[in-house]
Amino acid sequence: MPETVITAQALDLTFQTNDGPVHALKDVKLDIEKGEFVSFIGPSGCGKTTFLRCIAGLEEPTGGSLRVNGMTPDEARRARAYGYVFQAAGLYPWRTIGGNVKLPLEIMGFSKAEQAARVARVLELVDLAGFEKKFPWQLSGGMQQRASIARALAFDADILLMDEPFGALDEIVRDHLNEQLLQLWARTEKTIGFVTHSIPEAVYLSTKIVVMSPRPGRITDVIESTLPRERPLDIRDSAEFIAIAHRVRDGLRAGHSYD
Amino acid sequence: MKSVLPVVSVVAFLLVVWIVSVVPMNIHLAADQAARGDVAVQPDDARARQEVGAVALALRNPAVIPMTYTLDRPRLPGPQQVVGELWNTVFMVSPTSRQSLIYHGWVTLSATLLGFAMGTALGIALAVGIVFSRTMDLSVMPWAIASQTIPILALAPMIIVVMGAIGIQGLLPKAIISAYLSFFPVVVGMVKGLRSPDAMQLDLLRTYHAGPAQGFWKLRLPASVPYLFASLKIGISASLVGAIVGELPTGARAGFGARMLVGDQYGQPLVTWAALFAAAITAAALVGLFALMERITLRRMGMAA
Repeated sequence: MPETVITAQALDLTFQTNDGPVHALKDVKLDIEKGEFVSFIGPSGCGKTTFLRCIAGLEEPTGGSLRVNGMTPDEARRARAYGYVFQAAGLYPWRTIGGNVKLPLEIMGFSKAEQAARVARVLELVDLAGFEKKFPWQLSGGMQQRASIARALAFDADILLMDEPFGALDEIVRDHLNEQLLQLWARTEKTIGFVTHSIPEAVYLSTKIVVMSPRPGRITDVIESTLPRERPLDIRDSAEFIAIAHRVRDGLRAGHSYD
Repeated sequence: MKSVLPVVSVVAFLLVVWIVSVVPMNIHLAADQAARGDVAVQPDDARARQEVGAVALALRNPAVIPMTYTLDRPRLPGPQQVVGELWNTVFMVSPTSRQSLIYHGWVTLSATLLGFAMGTALGIALAVGIVFSRTMDLSVMPWAIASQTIPILALAPMIIVVMGAIGIQGLLPKAIISAYLSFFPVVVGMVKGLRSPDAMQLDLLRTYHAGPAQGFWKLRLPASVPYLFASLKIGISASLVGAIVGELPTGARAGFGARMLVGDQYGQPLVTWAALFAAAITAAALVGLFALMERITLRRMGMAA
């Protein structure tokens, strides 16, 4: 019996803006099980980032219920239940790569020895061993984003929330990082929530693809991927992959014809 | 090194303007002096000379032109006279002598540094308050801005007199005027610097459940360092101006301000000019010192890319 780590019921979020209320999330219902890789895909304004931020306790839903590890999102945030990777790496320029990865560990009060051990371990995990003493500006964009993933992994939360982490990177770097991310997921067995614009990226990475649509932001389709867990890059040429991608595209199109 | 040529060009240009200006500025004084020394001058009559324009007078008496550079009390001293006066009062007299610009410089500099330290501490404290308290943001900032609209020349005598009345004299009143001028750039720069982290960086700290103090020490303060140095460079030169202004109104007996006043009141323009240049050189050295500290600090912080 798989364990449900994130569960949303009839989740609603309305932002009060100067142009009147904006219905960012409407009646969102979703269960995410332990160890799943869930992608959220949809056009801008569909609420995918907002939903991720709700899970992280960075936005307050206005209705419905949302539980993370059996707690409210805010309790989960206080319990440091997840690591969050933003669109930009957002490394502190005045800290080395090692220093940046250490940041959450310092805040959470890990011992010095523990900090050093963890930094070494997660940098190894994202293939950045040996870059510990470099400053962010000395690294490429892809390497910086990997460092920010290491930072999110450093304190060993079971959940990893990623908000379009590779959106700003070029196609080749992105493919490479997607492959690495899958390996990382296989090794760490984390539950991952992943926001993306890209259909191939969502299909390649996910065990579950959540298709969303805007105005109001809502879920239009949830696709359980039939692809095996072991995924070489050329799986993207298989008929199965193309069929899933097709269903995602159809879901996105259906959402668009709504307005 | 790329900046050397433009700087040298501007300095050379200013020097040429200065050297050329000395002749018309001083020609009437030089002609009067020459006439008293039995040298033939055109026109011969002192009153008539007043009617002649400076350039015309110089052209009619080319022999007098060299004298315009060597007058004891010129309207505009030549560069070599100012350099000579600086040399004499810096290197040729004991630093403890009242003739020494090093002595006067130290008097002004000590007030400058004390005032700068006070102003910087006050500025940083206010900025932290403004960033963390909405009440302080709304109440302090308008007053900080208003404080800088009052002419310091009007305020300085009041500060000196009021503090003198309660028995505080010398260094501290001048330092307070320095602090009054230097806290403002520090407040403005530090508020901007402490607020420079973007929403994403603040969100990141929230995902770690970091407290406000951790946010301050780990994010806001380091992020504000480049802004702080920009402010310190403005603040230190403002402090020097404040200390000099503080020496003017009460006829202080020591300091650059006192030297300028003495030169003015006793008709010794060389004294005034030498003090002026010494103050400018001091200010440039202080700003240069902070620029150097800025470079070293930012390089160590990995932010000088």
